[in-house]
Amino acid sequence: MIFSFNLFINAIVSGILIGGFYAAVTSGVSLAFGILDIVNIAHPAFIILGSYVAYIVNASFGFDPILTSIVVIPAFYALGAAIYQIYYVSFEKRGQESLRGLAFFFGLLFITEVSLVLYFGVDYRYVDAPYIGPTWHFGNIDMPLRILVPCLVSLVLIAALELVLTRTFIGRAIMAVAQDQQALRLMAVDPVRIKRIAFGISIATASLAGAFLIIIQPVEPSVGREYIGRVFAICVLGGMGSLPGTVIAAMLLGVVESFTATFYGPSWAPAVSFGFLLLTLAVRPAGLLGR
Amino acid sequence: MRTPAFLVICLIVAAAVFATAVGVGNDYVFFAGYVVLQYVVLSTAWNILGGYCGYVNFGTAAFFALGAYSTVAIYKLIAVSELPHVVPIPVLMLIGGVVSGIVGFGMGYLTLRLRGAFFSIATLALAVVLETLVVNWDYVGGSRGAYVIRPEELPLIGNYIRYLFLMMLLLAVAAITIARLIEHSRLGYGFATIRDDELAAEASGVPTLRLKLIATTISGTLMGMAGAPFPYYIGFLQPDSTFALDYAVNSIAMPLIGGTTSWAGPLIGTLLLGTLQQIITVTISSAVNLLLVGCLLVLFVIVAPNGIVGLVHTYLQRKPEDFVGRRRVGADAAGSLS
Repeated sequence: MIFSFNLFINAIVSGILIGGFYAAVTSGVSLAFGILDIVNIAHPAFIILGSYVAYIVNASFGFDPILTSIVVIPAFYALGAAIYQIYYVSFEKRGQESLRGLAFFFGLLFITEVSLVLYFGVDYRYVDAPYIGPTWHFGNIDMPLRILVPCLVSLVLIAALELVLTRTFIGRAIMAVAQDQQALRLMAVDPVRIKRIAFGISIATASLAGAFLIIIQPVEPSVGREYIGRVFAICVLGGMGSLPGTVIAAMLLGVVESFTATFYGPSWAPAVSFGFLLLTLAVRPAGLLGR
Repeated sequence: MRTPAFLVICLIVAAAVFATAVGVGNDYVFFAGYVVLQYVVLSTAWNILGGYCGYVNFGTAAFFALGAYSTVAIYKLIAVSELPHVVPIPVLMLIGGVVSGIVGFGMGYLTLRLRGAFFSIATLALAVVLETLVVNWDYVGGSRGAYVIRPEELPLIGNYIRYLFLMMLLLAVAAITIARLIEHSRLGYGFATIRDDELAAEASGVPTLRLKLIATTISGTLMGMAGAPFPYYIGFLQPDSTFALDYAVNSIAMPLIGGTTSWAGPLIGTLLLGTLQQIITVTISSAVNLLLVGCLLVLFVIVAPNGIVGLVHTYLQRKPEDFVGRRRVGADAAGSLS
């Protein structure tokens, strides 16, 4: 009985920790899909790209993956801004985002993945950092540092994002562009510029999330696919565009997945997110903290 | 052109294709041709929902695999029973079609009431979940995969691959005829209103949810039918390859490259891209071929939103229309002056 109680507590703790990481993975999608209404299904591919950047720098210079990912944030931001510019000119301006815009991102997802396969092959890659090996023990509770560190940094990231969105001019403009572009234009703010900035930030989070991913597990190019269902399930469940909602939903999904993996076997875990997604869409499409 | 006449022409073309393939005398033609034909069915099916209604389905692999695994389930069922060991392919197609049609309907019922993006995301997730189910279901082979033994020879037709090729050819004819029939019917016009402006359609009394469900079911059924003979083609069915993202990206890229608004678009796109892929897979590598598909998809949606059909259309219509338009403006101006 003691054993199963331990298992129970550990399942909850590891679920919450992994949930913190899921929140970082989803924050970019919450921004792009939840606020800007850009269905960027290629987001997981950019996360994998982030993982590979962290891997290359770590393997050749031995730099810390998280620090590396912070350094390359401007590059990811520029990439995001450039992609939004193409997306805007080719689809949003012509009113074709629903069909062709989706196909565009799907194509990007595919190109990124196949390019990585062609260049790096399908071997699993991993990084070295001092916090990857050890585990902290609190009584019977185990806290592997390789999950704890990404979880904490990702909570900091989300808090920072939330602060930017609610306290700064640009952040408020991003929230406003989601509500009423016309009104924003009347305030002499260019909605396209604001959206470009917001999408740049969204892709910039992928850099960090990618580093977290490769710290938590070995990465190969198609790993990102498992995250597509997960990130959108979390985004919808959390209430589109709500960052606190995203954190709650991510931890909830983390805990349920961890329970499924512990008590039914890890091979069932991918089905959980889909169940969550369908259940949310059928019962409460607005999500937990939806507006 | 009336549908029966169209069907007859299609069948004549199909007969010519089959005769040519037999004439070449190399069975590899059938192996390669089968894949192209399979994509004709998949892209036509995708286009019924994607091109006509404007709803993107990323779950082609899921529906395809439903058909394939229905066949495996039946194969396993029959292997232990007293029944004759070979079920005719058309029967398998029907069963596979019904199974994936039902799943398509269920998915649509849960998600089509919301915005289109939710449906797309749900279909993307469906592939992952079905793969999880299959991996955990030992009866159909689980993650190890399942062997399906292909019968050797058939009377009249000869090699079994020729029979599979012929069946897929007939299914392709059926799919194209259905797509064309829908395009010029009340149903097709209803679909077009959803694609162009769903809110306006709903306000004008178009039963949008019912139409979307019909489109999803037809599309899913055809995809399942295309998947049903696949275990016999491949001989060894494995979740990784059956649920590969290749099916989704190909069945999206082909109609978008060919043109989404008519039945000819997916056909042209598939014949071009499918043949090119077969050549590249043989001469270079299959990863390069997927990269090419991705790049072409992105290029076409940006540069030529209406695909090859659209390009041809504008090319044919541009000059006379511009000319007439200009003259009419001139005439109106002259009229108002006098």
